Amino acid sequence: MAKQVRQANRSDVRKHEGFLRDGNFRWLWVALALCATSIAAYVMIDAEPRPRGGTMYGYIMGTIGALLIVWLSLFGIRKRVITSGVYSLKAWLSAHVYLGLSLLVIGTLHAGLHFGWNVHTLAYGLMVLVIVSGMFGAYAYAVLPRELSLNRGETTQRQWLETIRSLDAQLREAAQPLDRAEADIVRLSTEQTDISGSLLNRLTGQYPNCSTQRAINELARIHRSTPRGSNASLDQVDALLKRKQETLAQARRNIRIKSLLQIWLYIHVPVTFALLAALTAHIISVFFYW
Amino acid sequence: MTDKFRIAIVGSGPAGLSAAAHAAKIGVSHILLEKTDHLSDTIYRYQKKKYVMAAPPQLVLRADVGFEAGYRETILDVWNQGVAAAGANVRYNAEVKAVTGEKGDFTLTLTNGDTVRAETIVMAIGLQGNPNLMRCPGGDLPHVQYQLDDPTEYIDEHIFVIGAGDAGIENALGLAADPAQANVVGIVNRSADFSRAKDANVANLMNARDAGRVSTFTEASPSKVEPGWITLELPDGETRLRCDRIIARLGASAPRKFVESMGIEFSSASKDAYPKLTPNLETTAPGIYVIGALAGYPLIKNCMNQGHDVVEFINGNIGLAPADEPFLAKKLQHLPGEKSVSEWAEFLRDKVEILNGLSLLQMREYLVDSEVRFYRTDEVIFEKNSIGSSLFGIASGSVKVEINPKDPSITVPIGTGSIFGEVGLISGRRRGATIRAAEDTIAIEIPRKLALALRASVQEARETIERITTERGILQIFGSGLSPADIRDVLAKAEVKEIKPGEAIIREGEENYDIFIIRRGSMLVEREIAGKPVFLSYIPAGQVTGEMALVEGGRRIATVRAAVRSEVIRLDGNLFRVLLNRKPELVARLRSDMSSRRKINEFLEQQKGSITGVLDYYNSVARFLVEQGVGEATDVLLIDERLCVGCDNCEKACADSHDGISRLDREAGRTYANLHVPTSCRHCEHPHCMTDCGPNAIHRGPDGEVFIDDTCIACGNCERFCPYGVIRMEKVPPKKPGLIPWLLFGAGPGPGEPDDAWKVAHAGHGSSQKKATKCDMCSGKKGGPACVRACPTGAAIRVSPENFLSVALLDRGRE
Ligand SMILES: Cc1cc2nc3c(=O)[nH]c(=O)nc-3n(C[C@H](O)[C@H](O)[C@H](O)COP(=O)(O)OP(=O)(O)OC[C@H]3O[C@@H](n4cnc5c(N)ncnc54)[C@H](O)[C@@H]3O)c2cc1C
Ligand code: HEM
Ligand code: HEM
Ligand code: SF4
Ligand code: SF4
Ligand code: SF4
Repeated sequence: MAKQVRQANRSDVRKHEGFLRDGNFRWLWVALALCATSIAAYVMIDAEPRPRGGTMYGYIMGTIGALLIVWLSLFGIRKRVITSGVYSLKAWLSAHVYLGLSLLVIGTLHAGLHFGWNVHTLAYGLMVLVIVSGMFGAYAYAVLPRELSLNRGETTQRQWLETIRSLDAQLREAAQPLDRAEADIVRLSTEQTDISGSLLNRLTGQYPNCSTQRAINELARIHRSTPRGSNASLDQVDALLKRKQETLAQARRNIRIKSLLQIWLYIHVPVTFALLAALTAHIISVFFYW
Repeated sequence: MTDKFRIAIVGSGPAGLSAAAHAAKIGVSHILLEKTDHLSDTIYRYQKKKYVMAAPPQLVLRADVGFEAGYRETILDVWNQGVAAAGANVRYNAEVKAVTGEKGDFTLTLTNGDTVRAETIVMAIGLQGNPNLMRCPGGDLPHVQYQLDDPTEYIDEHIFVIGAGDAGIENALGLAADPAQANVVGIVNRSADFSRAKDANVANLMNARDAGRVSTFTEASPSKVEPGWITLELPDGETRLRCDRIIARLGASAPRKFVESMGIEFSSASKDAYPKLTPNLETTAPGIYVIGALAGYPLIKNCMNQGHDVVEFINGNIGLAPADEPFLAKKLQHLPGEKSVSEWAEFLRDKVEILNGLSLLQMREYLVDSEVRFYRTDEVIFEKNSIGSSLFGIASGSVKVEINPKDPSITVPIGTGSIFGEVGLISGRRRGATIRAAEDTIAIEIPRKLALALRASVQEARETIERITTERGILQIFGSGLSPADIRDVLAKAEVKEIKPGEAIIREGEENYDIFIIRRGSMLVEREIAGKPVFLSYIPAGQVTGEMALVEGGRRIATVRAAVRSEVIRLDGNLFRVLLNRKPELVARLRSDMSSRRKINEFLEQQKGSITGVLDYYNSVARFLVEQGVGEATDVLLIDERLCVGCDNCEKACADSHDGISRLDREAGRTYANLHVPTSCRHCEHPHCMTDCGPNAIHRGPDGEVFIDDTCIACGNCERFCPYGVIRMEKVPPKKPGLIPWLLFGAGPGPGEPDDAWKVAHAGHGSSQKKATKCDMCSGKKGGPACVRACPTGAAIRVSPENFLSVALLDRGRE
């Protein structure tokens, strides 16, 4: 019966901190220390003929940089392989962000501020692209979640889709007594609504061609000639369409924020692969010329 | 029918049909009376294709009809054939409504007026009971029905569903689902809201109502039924409506009343009590036997064995050893002293005080699930802070409790016949102290569920446990400062009280010195600051409250009210003051214990002008969390939506580390001030899910997690009992290709839970058996909860309320 005694619950309140401040900014300090040492060494070591990738200092910085890049790229694997060991993806991301940023310093010092039109500088450029996209990502991760939460309230995506489906069913039923032209307007909404739309729609949150909005506008046009209250079915359809439009707007705001939270990864990740290729080429080429 | 049978068996469930088959086999005259027109109505009404389990595996089946784990259909076939092959005498559509006479000459009256005579009766009617009937005039007309088998059967009718529980709502929705059927459906609810039904059902009903498919009548009840019409009593008067059919779903009444009317006594008035039985399954009404679920044996295998045994007993084979004999013999053989199973049963029952009230038959049943252990002197029985909620009874020897963790030599003895481990039993919390054997000791360890049943059904056991827990509770709280003799007077006046959620046990400003021990549930402490009640702290079960006024004197400085339904022991403060006057050292110690609390109070007192904003925030968040069940949780997943990017990595991680099924639904659940409580197990202090688990498959594990083991039979009870909707009945999905093939070739659905389409397309590689699935807190995983580990932003955290409902919230409010 005497079981192994474990003191604490598995929960730990002290860990309640975001990825940027993980472990009291532990990785920020590590990255700053790394940069400071590199800069100090750059200033102190009198490289001959002048600082470049080919000097001893250059090799060391290059190696550190390359290792960092490989490690940063492995984040994608870490994120997807769920092992039972002790690790925290949050700590990984914290390190990823700060060490990733420190590459700007390390890479630049490695090259001795010397660039040209060659595969070396290509690798450098790609690295900067990855880092800049990462910066956007980190910024998005830091500010957008609140908006997401605020917009969502206590509803879920599944519920919106269900609400829209149920409103569509009600619209179809409510449209039964309408005449042909009016029913066609309703069908515009029930049959042609594209909730998420194109990439541009998603990122801007603007849906100028939204068929539900069009249906509402068309109906408003008809309503102008027929006074409100005179046609009960038309009023009901109108109310239903407006409810659908509200739900659509909420779902689309959600889609927009989520797209913003993801779009940068479509630069970050492919460019990472390009970077890895260019880096390989760079390393091979320097040894080849040697 | 005038001839008299030797045995009349009532109810053809697994218990009854096994009895009939055995009676036929050994040539005893008998009749099996079944209410419906088929065998075993309970199993007949399982959902189609349900996989029925054959638990417990150790038990051998000794029946003349076969039974092994398999699909409902197969099992029913086997039984139908088995009963026919044995040549059992079955009478269908024969519901017994009354029994008269005595042993040797009973008369059973059926609902259709027929009578059956028999020398003995075996009651095997299970626990499903009868549907409650419509009471109003006309309620017995033929178009009033109590079940709806196939909603698509009815076309173009005006149908009223009476009763808006889940069954009623599902029926109404089913009838109205297809507009082509053109039914006009109404649902009648006695109360104003639909609080008895699941949220999902209510939401669907509201949608159906808004779409005009179902009319709802609330605060309404039927007052008259006529062919073609129904009259409803509404808040603003009566109304008569067209009605071709009535489906009444008014719940079911337990069969207890009927059974008691036959002169059969139950062991107590409690809802979970069963009829008193002799070792031969005979009730207090001589000649009437009870078997199966009605006797307290819910598992099919047990039921069938009892059917066999009861016929043997009636036939005079009194000495028949029960089917569990070999199993128990094996279980007990390691104990010192050569005793037979019955000798052990008798020994344990007589020695351990709380077991005294059991029959030997019940004692055997307790032995099946309990462990009897032998401990050498100084051997550890359990350690402080270990998790365990079983109850120990000392059959011989004695144990010692290490009450001071710093000095193990200070111990308190517990002697033969007494119990220990009762604190975890009541509060579900960790063990409070290490206990060792003081000499060579034999003790029985009774699992929590069984111990609770014991407490509920045996009066003596209940009183003993109550007395011992209170005494120990007090001694534990006041540490080594008090001895049992000191508190005798206090104890004599101690009072156990149920506290409703929100009810206050202590009020700020009142002059009163009573002390309360929280036995179950939890309490919230609040104070009035700037005219508003401000939440101060949370007190989990096992703690004491109210001692501040006692020690410091003066008025109560805070209000203490129940967060959830709780049970407290109230101790008379005046008696305590007399006691404390004699113990200055104890008072000094209590004072120092309270210094931290005093500091918080002083802090609030000084700051109250400047921090009301923070306090308001703190207050409202705390209230929200308590509403969400955090008050009865031990460990709950929260998502800080200021950080959550909605990547669902938490769900994916959970699925990937748990057979491909996620045990949390991130988006669902309530949110307040960016703090989201997703649908995921709270590992309740008193898990509601454990309430009625037949095979006792739900346990609390070493990390405090509530988990469901493989013996789950997918009956769905836990899903219904969990108020937070966190249990899903799921099949284990087929195995996915690994990560590399997915990354490179897009093989399989990738990380996380595969979607339904993929599961269906690749079915066959997974298990077809559904199981109750819920969060197990990633028990056994070194790194702890996968959901938390895998959250890239730190949004997902697991917290326990006593930590989180405190300073952590104040800090959040400051940011
Ligand atoms: C959804 C669900 C799933 C389950 N899954 C499993 C499982 O996988 N494995 C397992 O071992 N157990 C399982 N159980 C438990 C098991 O089904 C029951 O405990 C068992 O059926 C009890 O058998 P019984 O013979 O005592 O009574 P029942 O099976 O309830 O049979 C009682 C019979 O008596 C009849 N009857 C009632 N009143 C009268 C009357 N007045 N006159 C005449 N006849 C009457 C009824 O019509 C019925 O046919 C499950 C239970 C449920 C509800
Ligand atoms: C193992 C790792 C590395 C080694 C051995 C290495 C080696 C070298 C060498 C020898 C040079 C000098 C080449 C020349 O002057 O013709 C050089 C230049 C350079 N390296 Fe690296 N390097 C490494 C990693 C990196 C990394 C990670 C980056 C950044 C992405 C990088 C970017 C550059 C740049 C921009 C130059 C300057 C090119 C120029 O002078 O035009 N190198 N490197
Ligand atoms: C050369 C440097 C970098 C490389 C090679 C790199 C590579 C990667 C890779 C491969 C991923 C995994 C994406 C996925 O699988 O979803 C990732 C994620 C991410 N990176 Fe970088 N990265 C670099 C620098 C940075 C920097 C400087 C930042 C921030 C300032 C950053 C922020 C992020 C963030 C926020 C994520 C997303 C985490 C998640 O959603 O799980 N990265 N990066
Ligand atoms: S399943 Fe439900 S009742 Fe059981 S512990 Fe979890 S939250 Fe509590
Ligand atoms: S603790 Fe483990 S089992 Fe529970 S929700 Fe998180 S990942 Fe799933
Ligand atoms: S892993 Fe973290 S950030 Fe992603 S959805 Fe879950 S809680 Fe939100």
